[in-house]
Amino acid sequence: MDTFVQQLINGLTIGSIYALIALGYTMVYGILRLINFAHGDVYMVGAYAGFMLATYLGFAANPSIFGFIVVLFGSMAIAALIGMAIERFAYRPVRKFSRMTTLITAIGMSLFIEYLFVFIFSGTPRSFPSLLPNDNFTLFGNATISTSQLLIFVISILLMIGLQWIIFKTKIGKAMRAVSFNLNSAKLMGVNTDFIIAFTFALGSALAAAGGVLTAQYNPKIEPLMGIITGLKAFVAAVLGGIGNIPGAVLGGLLIGAAETLVVGYGSYIGIPSTYRDAVAFAILILVLLIRPAGLLGSNVQEKV
Amino acid sequence: MSSWLKSLISGIVIIAFLYIINAMMTKGGFFGLGVDDYTARLLVFIAINVILATSLNLINGFTGQFSIGHAGFMAVGAYSSAYFTVNHGKQLESTFSFLGETGASSVVLLVAILIGALVAAIAGLIVGIPSLRLKGDYLAIVTLGFAEIIRIVILNIDAVGGATGYQVPGYANFLWVGFFAVITVVVVHNIVKSDTGRALVSIREDELAAEAMGVHTTRYKVISFVISSAFAGIAGVLFAHYNKFLSTNDFQFIKSFEVIIMIVLGGMGSMTGAIVGAIVVTLLPELLRNLPDIQMGATVFKFADLRLVIFALILILTMILRPQGIFGTNEFGLSWLKRPRSKDEGTSAVGADAGAPIAEQKEAKRMQSEDED
Repeated sequence: MDTFVQQLINGLTIGSIYALIALGYTMVYGILRLINFAHGDVYMVGAYAGFMLATYLGFAANPSIFGFIVVLFGSMAIAALIGMAIERFAYRPVRKFSRMTTLITAIGMSLFIEYLFVFIFSGTPRSFPSLLPNDNFTLFGNATISTSQLLIFVISILLMIGLQWIIFKTKIGKAMRAVSFNLNSAKLMGVNTDFIIAFTFALGSALAAAGGVLTAQYNPKIEPLMGIITGLKAFVAAVLGGIGNIPGAVLGGLLIGAAETLVVGYGSYIGIPSTYRDAVAFAILILVLLIRPAGLLGSNVQEKV
Repeated sequence: MSSWLKSLISGIVIIAFLYIINAMMTKGGFFGLGVDDYTARLLVFIAINVILATSLNLINGFTGQFSIGHAGFMAVGAYSSAYFTVNHGKQLESTFSFLGETGASSVVLLVAILIGALVAAIAGLIVGIPSLRLKGDYLAIVTLGFAEIIRIVILNIDAVGGATGYQVPGYANFLWVGFFAVITVVVVHNIVKSDTGRALVSIREDELAAEAMGVHTTRYKVISFVISSAFAGIAGVLFAHYNKFLSTNDFQFIKSFEVIIMIVLGGMGSMTGAIVGAIVVTLLPELLRNLPDIQMGATVFKFADLRLVIFALILILTMILRPQGIFGTNEFGLSWLKRPRSKDEGTSAVGADAGAPIAEQKEAKRMQSEDED
């Protein structure tokens, strides 16, 4: 039982990260119907931005809560700017073209960021400095939770509440919902859609960067290609929950994180070796989509003739 | 000239052409006109990529079903055939030893190709039947998911080397790869020009309308998916037996993306576009290797290290500047050499869309339909 709780804690930790990244995918998809393949790389950029901030501002040498907050918000701000730049220079010019074109642009952007970072930082992994003292707290029985895990839970919940507040309580959030409902009508009603789209990218990118910094606290190895597989799983999480649906993204992220660690922990009992870890997310996705094509919380839209 | 004579002559010309290139594959080959190993390898990979791009074009370009799992079927073909040649290749070769060394190895390769194509087609059927009910981005992500699952399953089969890789006998050479590239192009071309092809294109243009007109859409989608997978399998077989080594890393989703890039760059739904796309995507990163270093003060910029960055930039710029790809849905061919036929009566369109290129109309229509949802 203890190990089960432990596995669940570990799974939900990873799941929270997936959820943070999935939110960006789902928001962008909700507004532009675009799979932003570069989003996973923004998560990586966030981790590197945090790494640079921590190193050059000297927080790596003397860790403190203040330093952690500066690094977290700093990298979120940097990623937000990068997200807006990606939208402005790559996606906006192709927005009017077919889905395939925008998708290839997104893949191109993803490759661009990845190999630019390989060029700048080299492909060898870096070790992210620990910004806070890492303690283990014992929960019921033998299950433990570390500071960094606790941090991931607390901060991702706070960020999700913040996002919910922005989307449902502010004017800009209302505009975002209007744009995702119908871009052209929103434009006719006087919504500055270009600004809203840029804002959505900034918001999503900041969340992904937060995910990057938090992951780096939990698992300090960062490398330029770390965003590929994590980004893909986060995207799967977004689709699983119902793409375009914000609570769905969170649910999908937590589900995939939990399922993944449970397969590693218990899969061998039912004949699934732990090396199938990366396949679990896809298997769940395929099963869910075949039964509920719009995802768990997505609404089924009937095609108009 | 009767049509069979025409086909016969073009067949002979193509095989002779392939034979000459094959002879040039070694440095001293073909009267000293040969190319070095690096170029030879590139040529083979171009041909393999032509098979992949042309076959993916059938499902993505002509049927309009967005699949990004091509690498998975390539892996199925590669590994299943490699398992056969590793375990039974020698045995089969000695059975057919009366055909000489070349003959016997050709038989083995042909059987391997048959196995690879068949297993990949079955995999395509299993994946296609459930997933082709989904549309657009959902289909894309499910095919991607299946491809990744296939890769991870293969990674866990110790009989085919698992994570350490798999040594495969090298039965394939350029002659075979080029031959199957030609076969793929011819078969896909003929499918597209046939009744089936018309049905596929009608699904691309408007699935609901196609269904209303009596096209069995699911059936045709699955057919096109299975054929496409079978050819991906053939590409995998050839890759395995040319490369002589298989690792599941060769079949990651980035490989599927690469094939997508080929067809989008060349122009979705254009046969020649897919071929040109395959050539460009294979050659471009290699050509960028030759970029010079630039000295700036104390630091040296190695532009060659930036080749993938530059490749990505070229990709993005192409999409921005020419979103329909190099060819759009047009074909490039020698038909302009023929003397113009007398115009049939009634073929010139009457109406508002007269004179507008088909690709633009389609673009406008697609934008319109996208605006609606």
